[in-house]
Amino acid sequence: MTTKLKEVDVVIVGLGWTGGILAKELSAAGLKVVALERGGVKSTENDFAVPAVRDELRYVIRHDLMQNTAKDTLTVRNNPSQDALPMRRLGSFLPGEAVGGSGVHWSGHTWRWTDMEFKVRTYYEERYGKNHIPADMALQDWGITYDELEPYYDKFEYTAAVSGKAGNIRGQIQPGGNPFEAPRARDYPLPPLTPLLANEMFRAAAQGNGYHPFPRPSANASRAYTNPDGSRFGACQYCGHCQRFGCEANAKGSPHMTVIPIAMRSPNFELRTNMWVTKVLKASGGKRVTGVTYTNVLNGEEYEQPASIVILTAYAINNVHLMLLSGIGQPYDPVSQKGVIGKNYCYQTGASATLFFEGRHFNPFMNAGGSNWTMDDYNANEAFDRGKGGFVGGYIVGSGFNTTLPIGFRPVPSGTPAWGTAWKAAMAKWYQTAMVIGMSGSVMPNRYNYYDLDPTYRNAFGLPLMRMTFDYKENEHRIGRHAVEVINAIAKSMNPTRLNPAVARTDPWTVVPYQSTHNTGGAIMGTNPRTSALNKYLQSWDYENLFVVGANVFAHNASYNPTGPVGALAYWTAEAIKNRYLKNPGPLVSA
Amino acid sequence: MKNNVFDRRAFLKSAAAGGAAAAATTVPHAAEAQQNAPAPAPASPNPAYTYLNPEEAAFVEALVDHMVPADEHSPKGTDLGLAIYIDRALAGGWGKGDRLYMQGPWKRGVPSQGYQLPLTPAELYRTGIAAANIACVKSYGKSFDKIGAAQREEFLLALQAGKVTFENGLPARVFFTTLYQNVVEGMFADPMYGGNRNKAGWKLIGFPGVIAVHYQNIEKYRDKKYTVDPVGIADMS
Repeated sequence: MTTKLKEVDVVIVGLGWTGGILAKELSAAGLKVVALERGGVKSTENDFAVPAVRDELRYVIRHDLMQNTAKDTLTVRNNPSQDALPMRRLGSFLPGEAVGGSGVHWSGHTWRWTDMEFKVRTYYEERYGKNHIPADMALQDWGITYDELEPYYDKFEYTAAVSGKAGNIRGQIQPGGNPFEAPRARDYPLPPLTPLLANEMFRAAAQGNGYHPFPRPSANASRAYTNPDGSRFGACQYCGHCQRFGCEANAKGSPHMTVIPIAMRSPNFELRTNMWVTKVLKASGGKRVTGVTYTNVLNGEEYEQPASIVILTAYAINNVHLMLLSGIGQPYDPVSQKGVIGKNYCYQTGASATLFFEGRHFNPFMNAGGSNWTMDDYNANEAFDRGKGGFVGGYIVGSGFNTTLPIGFRPVPSGTPAWGTAWKAAMAKWYQTAMVIGMSGSVMPNRYNYYDLDPTYRNAFGLPLMRMTFDYKENEHRIGRHAVEVINAIAKSMNPTRLNPAVARTDPWTVVPYQSTHNTGGAIMGTNPRTSALNKYLQSWDYENLFVVGANVFAHNASYNPTGPVGALAYWTAEAIKNRYLKNPGPLVSA
Repeated sequence: MKNNVFDRRAFLKSAAAGGAAAAATTVPHAAEAQQNAPAPAPASPNPAYTYLNPEEAAFVEALVDHMVPADEHSPKGTDLGLAIYIDRALAGGWGKGDRLYMQGPWKRGVPSQGYQLPLTPAELYRTGIAAANIACVKSYGKSFDKIGAAQREEFLLALQAGKVTFENGLPARVFFTTLYQNVVEGMFADPMYGGNRNKAGWKLIGFPGVIAVHYQNIEKYRDKKYTVDPVGIADMS
């Protein structure tokens, strides 16, 4: 028995950064908006207060703020010849659950992806020739440009209190910033975070090697701040408990203390928590969706919420899962390479060196989520010739500390025993005297990296789990080999007492340990309905009143963290709905 | 672990034989009480286990005291509360499979697919300890808690390297990986969980605990040693 509710203008599925931005913008525009969130409410006062929040075991090891895999998870495999098996507990990536979503427990790194990404196929074909792109690499342009997105990057940076140093203001290169970034209209709202010793040592070494390090832009308020919406931030306390924690100082730009409370004050907005959306409903034979079906997880009752506009803003994986469960769009088939839902799943890769310095004191427990100095010489730098390395994409290299707490972070030189007195002596000696230089590398789409519905395993609602098929390909291995040479050369130039050099990964992708919550693709934006699920306004090509917002729209994954374009695209989509769609409902781009 | 008052395992055996409630359910808050004591007392409270049976307790106590011996860096594992930490973790939500997807079918899979056993962590310990002791008896004639330090070292290295095969079919390395992770958790998690007693794990490496207002300290302590008495959650609650 499903209770059918009164129709609203907009239903939003999932209330993190993207849902929060759309809820605020659309309710302010006069639309009646209902948000459905599968988790509950978390507040800074009740849930992120000191001292209880300073609990590595609860938040980092036991995943207190994350999706509960007992209820819903994915099955995973490295290639289509394997049997996919359930990810029985979280590991490699950590989707958030509850109001605020992963925007509560992120570190805050906020990048502006450029036309090198948005026009990726065009760029590589023109610069390196068509043969540079492997036949099985499903590389395609996104259909949007940096210039179109620039005002929305700006809006997100000012909303989320991003601390940083501009490298390029209207074409003028700025000393101390990233010289390879695209032109921005103005500087960040806040100055960079105070550098740690590791940041300073890396900066000097990178400069000494001819590179261009800069403070990583991050939504950790370097001083108290009030954003343009009136949301108030405390100054970051460098508490060392950032990634995977809520922020007790409201210094980390998070939707639960910015856009969501503003939406909550609008009489046009209603939030329903503990509501799990199981299906997007399609009009019979039409080109529209009519609403969603959801279950109240507190009592099992099912509801239908009709809506004029449906917006999916759950975690990237869950947006795609809901589309597959609902029969929205044609599922992707890697054999025929037809279909679009599930296509172009991408991830990221990494490698790091650990440097041990007798006599130095790094104080690894003092840091902000964004305490990192980074260089973009092998990523956004167009002068870097990918022809020699034979790959598409690039990597950023950086150094600092982020939530280096003692259960998870106790660096010791290679060869140290794993227990006993020698182990304890090494931890005592090196915990405070080691630093890490790491890289994050892009992952390009491959025809065999994709999502579909699992044929065997089911979630708590009896629905098929999402099946993820993913592995690193030769392109990623080439990036990794290039990056570790660069990292190790910088590390050796710093003359550490001991060095655990970076090693390029060659093993398959694995669900343990934690790697990155940067899962992208699966319902991508693009220029052609045969190769993408969404147009440049994140509107479904098939259902004109369905919009899907999140990192699932990325046609490939770069080396940068994804939240900058995710936030900017949420504002961009809100504008498109308000200024284009409402005035003339229908496809915003003709197919 | 022996203590001054009586042999706990002998007591538990006689208590069980006598029909008394052998499963002691008193959670020793003494660990926390001790943190607030003015002078750190080296003597540890009587461990009362809520999940581990006597054989399992003996195994875990021997394991944590071998991995974390008493030396100039810290007291031994049982005195750090590591056995209590593990017992509580197994008795609690994590041990009972909280957040673990437990639907079949069950397959071994490949290592990149992660944990695939149809066992909660508590069940993994129960079957794993039994199997490890059988393997020890086979190799050394005695269970793990009765063999000497050199044999314990040899056995644990073999377990870690995947060179031990359990007769009951349980993957020995999965068992070892879980044990090791829990030992590390017990050493470095907040003391309110029963391990890291007197913050000895944090003192070992110089982690300051939950004091975490470092806005002024980034510059003040850049390349300088930051030394404080570490603070736990209970100290600030």
